[in-house]
Amino acid sequence: MSQLFTLIIRDVRLAFGRGGVWLPVIFFLLVATLYPFGVGPDGPLLAKTGGGVLWIAALLASLLPIDRLIAPDAEAGIIDQFAVRGISDEWITGARVIAHWLTFGPPLMFAAVPAAGLLRLSGDTLIRLELGLLLGTPGLAALSVMVAALTAGLRGAGALAGLLLLPLAIPLLIFGAGSLEPAGASAFKLIAACSMFLLAVAPFAAGAAIRAMRE
Amino acid sequence: MLGRQLILENIACVRGGRLLFKDINCALGPGDAKLIRGPNGAGKSSLLRVIAGLLKPYAGAVAHQGTLALADEAHALDPRLPLDKALGFWAAIDGSESDTVNEAMGAMRISHLASVPVRMLSTGQKKRATLARVIASRADIWLLDEPGNGLDKESLTLLDAAMAIHRVRGGVIMAASHQPLGLSDLKTIAIGEG
Repeated sequence: MSQLFTLIIRDVRLAFGRGGVWLPVIFFLLVATLYPFGVGPDGPLLAKTGGGVLWIAALLASLLPIDRLIAPDAEAGIIDQFAVRGISDEWITGARVIAHWLTFGPPLMFAAVPAAGLLRLSGDTLIRLELGLLLGTPGLAALSVMVAALTAGLRGAGALAGLLLLPLAIPLLIFGAGSLEPAGASAFKLIAACSMFLLAVAPFAAGAAIRAMRE
Repeated sequence: MLGRQLILENIACVRGGRLLFKDINCALGPGDAKLIRGPNGAGKSSLLRVIAGLLKPYAGAVAHQGTLALADEAHALDPRLPLDKALGFWAAIDGSESDTVNEAMGAMRISHLASVPVRMLSTGQKKRATLARVIASRADIWLLDEPGNGLDKESLTLLDAAMAIHRVRGGVIMAASHQPLGLSDLKTIAIGEG
């Protein structure tokens, strides 16, 4: 168990060291800044569509750290060294999912507050957005680690990652956007279900991908 | 010190649809060292990776008692971290005492580089750091893939000394190298010849 903590702490520290934490946040805020320029300063329209835009921004922001999640450690032989010590690949990828969520989910939820202000979202919508992100970002983090492991070591991994991740994230987007409606309470349960499914699958899929990479 | 052993039974390895080697048998006990010899591409590294558990053997089985440490091409140290912190991370995972990193850096004469980030080190210094990581792991069985590559004469002497100490302590060494290593009463496995 202490090994798991050691792995998580290392990954969190590295994420801050490599600057990967701020990229998704800045991207998310940029989208929130640019959207009113695109559709015009029409308050009611922004309030009506802004929540959905922020969900799309969150999805796209989750693509940015993918090339840093697995590939550098796989190339440096660090993942092999874990394996030599008898730490299973699933354990490593599971720790990475947790560490990635810690450096991705909460910062995005903080960024959602000024973003909601820029898009004139009401307080109620903001609360529903935050709750949706709280339930949905763990799923996105799991998906990111899975896709990062599948594309590690490939050329053009970034573009391929987008093609792999975005279709799989569609359910999260549908229920995330659906949860913004006042009558959308059941959507939260579906976001949570999607996230739990991805969290359950990701460590095993990513672990299998890492093992396949060694062949 | 007893009970450290490494046994290979009829190992065969297939890579990319090609049989690299087969029927590799050997048994190593405390203090034993074995050198894997063979031309480039014969599968020396693959055999070490099979022993390390990173590759599945096509046939046969590997049995070992004791912990493993692998030094291969990859230094496996965080490039941004200072050398002592990067080595300390593995020492912490391995549960080694806090001064083992300093000892290991002393053994490979890289103590003066302790505060230098790993990415600033030269090829030879990185190789010495890799070997220091193996020493600091206090592992029972060392798997060394071309440990002498990129090392100067002085460093080779340090490597020989480190390997000798490891064997005196009852450790096991399996090395792949095409240059002579200073291992006494050494046994060799030849693969990929004929």
